[in-house]
Amino acid sequence: MRVNGAERSGDVEPRVLLVDFLRTNLALTGTHVGCDTTSCGACTVLLDGEPVKSCTLLAVQVDGREIKTVEGLANGAALAPIQVGFHEEHGLQCGFCTPGMMLVASALLERNPNPTDDEIRWAISGNICRCTGYMNIVKAVQYAAKMHSEAAKAPAAAAVAGGGE
Amino acid sequence: MSSTMHMHGGIGESIKRKEDARFLRGKGNYLDDFVLPNMLHMAILRSPHAHARIKSIDTKAASAQPGVIAVVTGELMAQHKLAWMPTLSGDTQAVLATDKVRFQGQEVAAVIAETKYQAEDARDAIEVEYEILAPVTSPDGAKAPGASLIRDDKEGQKDNHIYHWESGDQVTTQAAFAKAHKVVRLHTFYPRCHPSPLETCGCIADVNGVTGKATIYMTSQAPHAIRTVFALVTGLPEQQIRIISPDIGGGFGNKVPVYPGYVVATAASLLIGRPVKWVEDRTENLISTGFARDYHMTGDLAVDENGKMTALRVHLDSDNGAFFADAQPSKFKAGLFHIVTGSYDIPTAHVTADGYYTNKAPGGVAFRCSFRVTEASYLIERLVTNAALELGIDQAEFRKKNFIQPEQFPYTSATGWIYDSGDYPKAMDVALDQLGYAELKKDVEARRKKGEVTGIGIASFTEVVGAGHGAEFDILGLRMFDSAELRVHPTGKALLRMGVKSQGQGHETTFAQIVAEELGIPAQDVLVEEGDTDTAPYGLGTYASRSTPVAGAATAMVSRQLREKARKLAAHLLEADEEDLVWERGKFYVKGSPERSKTIQEAAFAAYTNLPEGMQAGLEGVHYYDPPNMTYPFGTYAVVVDIDKGTGQVKVKRMVAVDDCGVRINPMIVEGQIQGGLTEGFGIAFMELITFDADGNCIGSNFMDYLLPTAWETPKFEIGQTVTPSPHHPLGAKGVGESATVGSPAAFVNAVIDALSPYGITNIDMPVTSDKVWAALRSKGVTE
Amino acid sequence: MFPAAFDYQSPATLDEALGLLAERGDDAKVMAGGQSLIPLLKLRFAQPQLIVDIGRIPGMTEIKRDDGHVKIGALARHVDIERSKELAKLLPVMVEAVRWISDPLVRNRGTLVGSVCHADPSGDWGSIMLALDAELVARSAKGERVIPIDGFFEGPFTTTLRSDEIATEIRIPLPTGRAGGSYHKLERRVGDFATVAVSLQIELDGNKVKKAGIGLTSVGATNIKAKKAEQALVGHELKDDVIAESAKLAAEAAEPKDDIRGTAAYKKDVVRVFVQRGLKAALGRAQEVKA
Repeated sequence: MRVNGAERSGDVEPRVLLVDFLRTNLALTGTHVGCDTTSCGACTVLLDGEPVKSCTLLAVQVDGREIKTVEGLANGAALAPIQVGFHEEHGLQCGFCTPGMMLVASALLERNPNPTDDEIRWAISGNICRCTGYMNIVKAVQYAAKMHSEAAKAPAAAAVAGGGE
Repeated sequence: MSSTMHMHGGIGESIKRKEDARFLRGKGNYLDDFVLPNMLHMAILRSPHAHARIKSIDTKAASAQPGVIAVVTGELMAQHKLAWMPTLSGDTQAVLATDKVRFQGQEVAAVIAETKYQAEDARDAIEVEYEILAPVTSPDGAKAPGASLIRDDKEGQKDNHIYHWESGDQVTTQAAFAKAHKVVRLHTFYPRCHPSPLETCGCIADVNGVTGKATIYMTSQAPHAIRTVFALVTGLPEQQIRIISPDIGGGFGNKVPVYPGYVVATAASLLIGRPVKWVEDRTENLISTGFARDYHMTGDLAVDENGKMTALRVHLDSDNGAFFADAQPSKFKAGLFHIVTGSYDIPTAHVTADGYYTNKAPGGVAFRCSFRVTEASYLIERLVTNAALELGIDQAEFRKKNFIQPEQFPYTSATGWIYDSGDYPKAMDVALDQLGYAELKKDVEARRKKGEVTGIGIASFTEVVGAGHGAEFDILGLRMFDSAELRVHPTGKALLRMGVKSQGQGHETTFAQIVAEELGIPAQDVLVEEGDTDTAPYGLGTYASRSTPVAGAATAMVSRQLREKARKLAAHLLEADEEDLVWERGKFYVKGSPERSKTIQEAAFAAYTNLPEGMQAGLEGVHYYDPPNMTYPFGTYAVVVDIDKGTGQVKVKRMVAVDDCGVRINPMIVEGQIQGGLTEGFGIAFMELITFDADGNCIGSNFMDYLLPTAWETPKFEIGQTVTPSPHHPLGAKGVGESATVGSPAAFVNAVIDALSPYGITNIDMPVTSDKVWAALRSKGVTE
Repeated sequence: MFPAAFDYQSPATLDEALGLLAERGDDAKVMAGGQSLIPLLKLRFAQPQLIVDIGRIPGMTEIKRDDGHVKIGALARHVDIERSKELAKLLPVMVEAVRWISDPLVRNRGTLVGSVCHADPSGDWGSIMLALDAELVARSAKGERVIPIDGFFEGPFTTTLRSDEIATEIRIPLPTGRAGGSYHKLERRVGDFATVAVSLQIELDGNKVKKAGIGLTSVGATNIKAKKAEQALVGHELKDDVIAESAKLAAEAAEPKDDIRGTAAYKKDVVRVFVQRGLKAALGRAQEVKA
């Protein structure tokens, strides 16, 4: 499979869950396990650009397909707009749901660059956050949407200051 | 990041969080992310029964499975005197069951294997024969004649009663009730719920076979206290135990206790000589780790003919599960429940509490609250609304009439609390104003005339947070102080180490801001470290909203201590008299000549390079802060609901939350805490429930049944504030992490009851689910 | 938490898949999106020896109009239905209902046909298909048969599909003339299984009901087709008394149990309320359709 743009492979039992393959075989520990029952979305990854729960996929099912994890969001030192949005709007506290939330939101913005607050809430309704109460997550997604639209208007001005703090 | 880089980051600035950088990239260091060389994995076999005698355990088949290194049973633990451990409430708890299982999900055996898949496969091959015993699933069941004796392991324990506890004055309270114009009673059950942080609990125990040093990575909110408990339980010398709490994916009280899995993994690592990782799955987390609440409460409020409250009488039965393992200060069996008079000037009160063993998981943790203050706040706020409805007085008016008034602070309550400060009428006015209360009431009246079911709920809570004072508040004898150690490096950058432990609250930012304010070093230059007991100063940990009130105060105090040394250094550099120097954030200057100044960074450099004769080198210090009193945050929450008569569904239309937590260090983080707390309160009010069937099977054992609110149903909160600084906290701050979870459930339920009050409905216990609302409406003949 | 060990085959063609099932069907489970099956495997409620993953078989993802039907392939996902412009026009009730199935991430993987074959009585699609009088196309190595949805569900998680068969397609007859539908779902929280859900579809002839379909979710051992309640509508104008009678009959057809989501009496009453509301909504939508 391709993970974050790079070809990755490994031999696993058919029963190995995609989340375990990513975390154990590929050491991509940004994808988390929160519930085991397809309920919380902490394990969200993008499969061919669409958010899915990697605890409810077998690694063998995605053989040959394209996976994106949180580690693939930033472009080197430059954070993706959704990451900047979560930082600026305090869209995270403990950080455990954050990778899944950002991936779902980035897929939403691909399809719908100007979502309403309710569209954002609906899109993230398969992902649980226990800390924030969601208000700042909604703002974070709106922040990223605005960055995208400003970038579309003036590509040069939108270079994202990178590197975190 | 760019937008905040230039900010100084002092108190009151909403600077962006320093810790975000790693989380945004998926580079947080949570427990399960650690892989140690040679690491083994542990899986725990748990009891399927609520109450049963263990007749035999056969581990042969499991031991023979591929990859299995060991199968650990209670018998083996008993050989090392580790089959039982002490709880935080002075009781004992089984680590692995030897005689009986006492709740569904109790730890029975553990498999240690090369991979976690192998460990779980082998777990299924352990054969246990049980003789099923009658379970006890409620305090009433525990009291019933002929009830099973749950704790037959305890000498002298003849029944299922754990404790009786009282507060207040029975005689004066009785006398006041005898004279009451009106007595309003509410019997309500605050059901069992669960903190359910998104990351479950776990540990990696790594006992070095050569040095004997035990390094234990653990999802712990209180690593130092855990270290001491571990030393006492295992007999290991305390300097040979190092607890490391890495990044924690939410705690909310769930990660305070010591769980059997930690002890078993440590023992296994000790015996096998390899690191052992144990991480719960969600079901294990929900059915076996620290639950919250489970209080059956009856409150009577006496009111005189003028609508003034004259006395409060409360009895509660506490359902503590199979082991008394409440995480709370030792002297208070029902936590801080006796703050139950809340925001009201009630002359006398009497509280009685009885705790019972049941065949349910132990715990009783303070789920985002300060040791049972949530139950107290819920009871009084529900009772006050019911009294207002029964007396025909407006809910807000009735509260205002009975509030402790601003000039009464410091105020001594009927149960002995000394409230430090408050302005309750102001917080309520701000909330009602923001809500448009007067207009809204007219709207409600008009809509009710059209047959709609709609209502407004109010709760004006008082919190009590920031334990100690240490003489009164201790856990297993450990006084509830907290600590900060600050080192300023020669270049003027600083390292701050704390005895508390963030689980998402933003300590790395907030505490750096306190240093920025007090010592003038920009927040971005202050590295905050927590969670490693080998490096951090001793502290009692983060829970009960105590980090800012206690460790925040310690940070301010140590910063001030270093500032005084820096003053001497600056005086030396400026060749001026210390007394002539004026401090302005970040520098000292000579009184009257502001151009003659030295920055804190220059003073720090001098501490290592150019000292006055006789002064010790360096600029560092540590402060252990023992607060003189608790702090008392408060606020008013108001909720508007619509109810669907056909289905009983409740829709929260609005939620206004006005909080007063004193001085806000980082307003952005404070509001984030409030929004999160309101959401947990919303969840508890409407959907979160751990319950049990008659056989003691836990219902609510996964996230398909233990429901956490999603973005879709969570209300869009309207946040407001007032600021009444704490008079005794060095920064005037009060702590805010939990106010919203404490105050909001009553506001939500009060709105529902207000909506249903025209039909004579006076109570629905949480969670207020649509089927309960439907049943209440149908019982009064209301239908679609 | 993860599954017990199993063999895994991911055939490239339908014939290959049918060959595997002809040989080992009794020990095998067919997997499409896996959103119901993988959770069961993880809980070890299901421990098949073989998983036949049909996810790579080409040609089964389509949603197409054909010969008075809409045909939905075995690999068409919930999200494909959600985004289908054709369905929004032809059978808007499906697009309305699909939003209430599980959550957006599960809808990116799970399939309509897989969900129907899973036969969870709390499943939404079963009652929608019952209301719409759908048919399943089942293939085996021996040939193909068409199974009407009415009678397909035998009990919780059991259907008349044989262990050597794969359901390759579901066919839904297109309504003629003025038609409207609705889906009402009561759930404790978004993403939850239904406490109660009611699917309705009516077709009008003038002002009178020509055809009616009512399917019930989570109120019995299977999804239920409320036939008496349907019949009470046919040939009548949807006046309040007709609606009330049908709602009453639908509630009588429900066989719910007391559980954590509510009492049987509650669920029956919600069926009544939802049929009333749903019929009014469906009527309104049918009347908006230009004949």
